Amino acid sequence: MLVSMRWLEQYVDLGNHTAEQLADLITKSGIEVETVESLNKGVKGVVVGHVVSCEQHPNADKLNLCKVDIGEEEPVQIICGAPNVAEGQKVAVAKVGAVLPGNFKIKKAKLRGEASNGMICSLQELGIESKLVQKEFADGIFVFPNDVEVGTDALEYLNLNDKVLELGLTPNRADCMNMLGVAYEVAAILKKEVNLPSPSVEHSDESAADYVSVSIENKEDNPYYGATIIKGVEVKASPLWLVNRLVSSGIRPINNIVDITNYVLLEYGQPLHAFDYDRLGSKEIVVRRAGDGEKIETLDDTERTLSSDHLVITNGKKPVAVAGVMGGADSEVYDGTQTILLEAAYFNGFVVRQASKDLNLRSDSSARFEKGIDRNRVHLAAKRAASLIVELAGGEVLEGPVEAGERTVEEKSVSVSVKRINRVLGTDISENTVAEIFDRLRFEYNNDNGTFSVLVPARRPDITIEEDLIEEVGRLYGYDNLPATFPYGEGTPGGLTDYQNKRRLVRRYMEGAGLYQVTTYSLTSPKKNAFFGEIGYNDITLSMPMSEERAVLRTSLVPHLLDVIEHNHNRQLDDVAIYETAKVFLTKQEKVSELPKEEEHISAAFTGLWQEHSWQKEKKPVDFFVAKGVIEGLVEELGLSDRISFQKAEKQNMHPGRTANVLLDEEEIGFVGQLHPEAQSEYDINETYLFELNLERLLTTNTEPLEYKSLPRFPSVTRDIALVVDEGTEAQAVLNIIEQAGGKLLAETRIFDLYQGEHMEEGKKSLAFSLRYYNPEHTLTEEEVKKAHDRVVDQLKQEIGASLRG
Amino acid sequence: MKERLQALKEEAVSKIEEASNVKEIQDIRVAYLGKKGPITEILRGMGKLPAEERPKMGQLGNEIRAIISDKLDEKMEQLEKAAVAEKLKKETIDVTMPGRPVQKGNHHPLTRVVEEIEDLFIGMGFSIAEGPEVETDYYNFEALNLPKNHPARDMQDSFYITEDILLRTHTSPMQARTMEKHEGKGPVKIIVPGRVYRRDTDDATHSHQFTQIEGLMVGENVRMSDLKGVLQTFAKEMFGQEREIRLRPSFFPFTEPSVEMDISCFNCGGEGCSVCKGTGWIEILGGGMVHPHVLEMSGFDSKKYTGFAFGMGPERIAMLKYGIEDIRNFYTNDVRFLKQFNRVNQ
Repeated sequence: MLVSMRWLEQYVDLGNHTAEQLADLITKSGIEVETVESLNKGVKGVVVGHVVSCEQHPNADKLNLCKVDIGEEEPVQIICGAPNVAEGQKVAVAKVGAVLPGNFKIKKAKLRGEASNGMICSLQELGIESKLVQKEFADGIFVFPNDVEVGTDALEYLNLNDKVLELGLTPNRADCMNMLGVAYEVAAILKKEVNLPSPSVEHSDESAADYVSVSIENKEDNPYYGATIIKGVEVKASPLWLVNRLVSSGIRPINNIVDITNYVLLEYGQPLHAFDYDRLGSKEIVVRRAGDGEKIETLDDTERTLSSDHLVITNGKKPVAVAGVMGGADSEVYDGTQTILLEAAYFNGFVVRQASKDLNLRSDSSARFEKGIDRNRVHLAAKRAASLIVELAGGEVLEGPVEAGERTVEEKSVSVSVKRINRVLGTDISENTVAEIFDRLRFEYNNDNGTFSVLVPARRPDITIEEDLIEEVGRLYGYDNLPATFPYGEGTPGGLTDYQNKRRLVRRYMEGAGLYQVTTYSLTSPKKNAFFGEIGYNDITLSMPMSEERAVLRTSLVPHLLDVIEHNHNRQLDDVAIYETAKVFLTKQEKVSELPKEEEHISAAFTGLWQEHSWQKEKKPVDFFVAKGVIEGLVEELGLSDRISFQKAEKQNMHPGRTANVLLDEEEIGFVGQLHPEAQSEYDINETYLFELNLERLLTTNTEPLEYKSLPRFPSVTRDIALVVDEGTEAQAVLNIIEQAGGKLLAETRIFDLYQGEHMEEGKKSLAFSLRYYNPEHTLTEEEVKKAHDRVVDQLKQEIGASLRG
Repeated sequence: MKERLQALKEEAVSKIEEASNVKEIQDIRVAYLGKKGPITEILRGMGKLPAEERPKMGQLGNEIRAIISDKLDEKMEQLEKAAVAEKLKKETIDVTMPGRPVQKGNHHPLTRVVEEIEDLFIGMGFSIAEGPEVETDYYNFEALNLPKNHPARDMQDSFYITEDILLRTHTSPMQARTMEKHEGKGPVKIIVPGRVYRRDTDDATHSHQFTQIEGLMVGENVRMSDLKGVLQTFAKEMFGQEREIRLRPSFFPFTEPSVEMDISCFNCGGEGCSVCKGTGWIEILGGGMVHPHVLEMSGFDSKKYTGFAFGMGPERIAMLKYGIEDIRNFYTNDVRFLKQFNRVNQ
């Protein structure tokens, strides 16, 4: 809502407040003033001029040589290229030395040999937006009415010295979508009176009822409809004051009739529609739901197809307007209109909203009906418009209006006690102050010992419960005056849950391990969701996605991590290690009818160098074991090392020889591996390693309590063995045998070498282990160690045919 | 004899002084003090001296031996020190060459802001609640006093999956879910961080996915002044002790009264600059007293209980705090962006 300061002054004494000061006060009491705009865009030195003569430029077909009286001793010569310039016009002249928007300075000039001392301006050149310029002046200079005084400030006549406040209205404050509402608000803030217009209309003897009948099919949709008939009007341009009001409010002036309906819409918040009575095609108005597929051509010359969700005004046969949204082209007021049917009605906001949405047609009218208008102002607004029409377009108002439904409703009462106000706000506001605030708001009330029964005016439909009144008191009392306190008597221990604590630990671990945390989108494409092929879950698809790329909820974090790798690779950032913890969304349902399972995962991606110390020429590229090592450290941190295992696996888009499933207690909780070289080249990135784990499983699996073990009191004994085994033998299998055979005395086993190649029999490899024996009871004897170690060697020979390497 | 001894001493001392390495010292020691050395030889000839001179001469001989020996030791020590110094000198490195980099990552800036806010509210006795990102229409809208057809639903166009299931548009559904769990008994003190989704085209200031932190306190004595006190503490901790706050009336369907909170601009201190668009104030969050319908729908008696709620956007806070100009940076994860958040802030 745009509020002109000059217009507002008509209703409320603004004292000495500047627009900026007023904006601040309004913002603080509840309505955010988004901008304060000066209509003067830096224009200086523009006066009213009188075109004394206008002749064609001797050397240019399209230019005119004008002598313009600008109130100085001699008329000045100005060359003007506007097609509509003519002798006798009163025009806006930028004198030599004047400044136009964009700091454009007017200087003496010579055009094709003739001097030009100034410029005759169009409205656009004075900083008015093209869309607000009347059609007749759209392609040329602006022409004043004849009664303006030559040599005076042209901006004053155009109201360009005004300032406009732009209100950012929240949905509850639709009452301020009109000047009177703003006036009530500002008067309450400034503690001033509101000067309301008091329209009066003299009726002719003729009765409107002889011209038209009105019927409403459904009172829910349309509780009230009033039709005023005005005969003998003259459609023409509006006077300057009216044009200025509309322009300052962002509405383009059309003609006096349309302008008046728009003016009253802005002033009262009541959308009105003027039909050309003679073009209605009948003598009746019937308000009903449209039929499915019924058509109407609206004012914007567009054919609209309606449905039974929409309310229409009909002439008894066909629609002549979409109720509350837009009138029809057939009955539009035009230059030759003589008789007007002025509609002032109350339409249900939901119905208007539906039509406006379905037809993709938002108007100043629909915006107001949707948010709710003042039920008790409908008739008054019609009166205001009728009186303005008589004043500016002539004609006579027939006795009426012809009405259907109830013209007004009773105002509702809401109660609140001073005690409750103070309990909710935490204040100590007196009964008198509460009463004074309600007075300022012009709410009638009955005060019974501190309990106020407030009669809420229909202009404030947002006030329906006690709390709404508490807010009114609070905001006008001023939130600056509210004390800042701490809650009492509600002591609670705050803190993180175990899960949240562990998740923070995981993040810190990952970062300590060298990975950067990333955040990526949950919405992805079906293609990316199919990255790992069939996973046993269905896509959860948005009903109206904004794009294919963001159409489904992701079932894996991996594809978006690869996007990050790609983004960085494209910027020559090739050493990247990243991770994310986020939810994946899983459903087995074909068509979602229950909330999906949301499972928190952790995923990481590694590419390029893992470690680099450039001047010492050390470079270690990422490999499978870097990724695996990060997982091993992670599960160690969570106390789950003993319960995690890795199992060779094949997975779509992963390297078939370098991928493993990760198992927790034998249950698969994720994978680790190298991105398949084909997928890698499809992404156009470098060699990349990945893992993704079900973080939720990891964090909800409890570990054994942490228990201290006494430090060793006796020395331990280490024995190394180098084994030759089949190439395909997995280290884990060997380790399992060693650990089982080693028994209680075997404290630790470490792999310290893997060898394949030269000096090794075809199909064989060598694995070397370091076994540490320890007995917590006493110093190990040679026999004890030998017995255990021999058992290990024997078992290895027996089970996997391992031989000791010489 | 005496003169010869003195001469030997001087000769030895000068040789010692001239010696430049350990070997030479060892040779000098053997040459002068050894059993076949000149001093021994001279002293052997002492028998020819008169008896009363012999002890004197013996004493002199021993003194000279001692002097030479001391000199040798002294020189030896000098040479050894010099040898060590020489060795260390050869080991000298350029200490200005860069150290071996420690591999480390860091929090995403959003996590950083979220954890900071979490910790602040934990300190004030709040717990952290988390809820589903795919929500029912009931929890996302209806339980928050936004019935179907409510005009305020326009304010947050949503990603629906079915008519009743959508991606949550705010973290507020956890208000209702948490209150239901409490079965009408206070106090409830939670904050809810999480990802939320709205139908916005991604650009420098809009993101279809973003983060929100919701706060809720319900109890028998919760007042709007408490909201002001709690938020003031938050603002000062988060943005600096010298910050002032201001509450402005606003509107949210799930709170009444509703407010928006501004803080005095941390860039200009309130005088007006580009960060605060000349107003001296920066909008940080919205909140208010929990609407009685919301309390009632979730099983709380609105006559007995009151509460406050608030919600804020970590993206906005991070953008303001660190001067990040484009919200998409949070989601494209350029490592040059991520790496900037690798250290403490003060």
